[in-house]
Amino acid sequence: MTNFTPFLSLGGGLLIGLATVALMASHGRIAGINGIVNGLLTTRISPDWAWRFAFLAGMIASPLILLGATGQLPQISVPSSPLLLVIGGFLTGIGTTFGSGCTSGHGVCGMSRLSVRSIVATLTFMAMAVVTVFLIRHVLGG
Amino acid sequence: MRLLSAFAIGLVFGCGILISGMGNPAKVMNFFDVAGTWDPSLAFVMGGALLVTAIGYRLVFKMDRPVFSSTFSLPTKQDLDVKLIGGSAIFGIGWGMTGFCPGGLVPVLGLGLGEPLLTGAAIIAGMLAARLATRMTIKEQPAGA
Repeated sequence: MTNFTPFLSLGGGLLIGLATVALMASHGRIAGINGIVNGLLTTRISPDWAWRFAFLAGMIASPLILLGATGQLPQISVPSSPLLLVIGGFLTGIGTTFGSGCTSGHGVCGMSRLSVRSIVATLTFMAMAVVTVFLIRHVLGG
Repeated sequence: MRLLSAFAIGLVFGCGILISGMGNPAKVMNFFDVAGTWDPSLAFVMGGALLVTAIGYRLVFKMDRPVFSSTFSLPTKQDLDVKLIGGSAIFGIGWGMTGFCPGGLVPVLGLGLGEPLLTGAAIIAGMLAARLATRMTIKEQPAGA
């Protein structure tokens, strides 16, 4: 069980939106994590690397801000086994690369621009995630 | 200034992920578990982010250009193809298995725990595999096909 947290989740969502708008206003870029990471996986060094690296470094450093503000690190719990994490992670990487986006790129940036591709992509990955969790928890009984 | 702003925006994005619960796989999987321990919180994350972005983007696109760049880089593709839908379906299966989407995972890497690092390595491997597969199929086709 996890607690229903509408206010924290809404607040977090507003911050995600704020950062997404700020990245477009400052760098002219979509705040899609799949795209930002994929742009770093190039064999040639590109001037484009710097802002991608800086953005991801900021994300990785963000727990420290919360530690400073609240006195504790955010708590997470990972229900899946290491094997499931490896298989699921691999599928995630393949899927977001072929699908040209993930929750941030399609779900937030694309949907807010009313991109049909992004709306279809988001409905697809949300539906498949619901089906997958249903199979794991209620059919296979994980 | 340019890089500092990207870093600061990343910080805000990461804090948003962590506060919202998107970085907690237990919460993400419960959002998908509509037939079991359903936790609808993440609908509020999406709602909040979409509200701000939909309004904010409209204002930003009235600017002549971004502050640190000469153009807005926006996707131009319009067509729905097998790659988009198949890729998104595969991503959905993976997301349901781990509870980690790429954006949810990155801030959690900062906690230094083993499970997120393992998932992150697997995601990078999947990205590289997909690009290798794309490169090989493009090479196999004759030019102009």
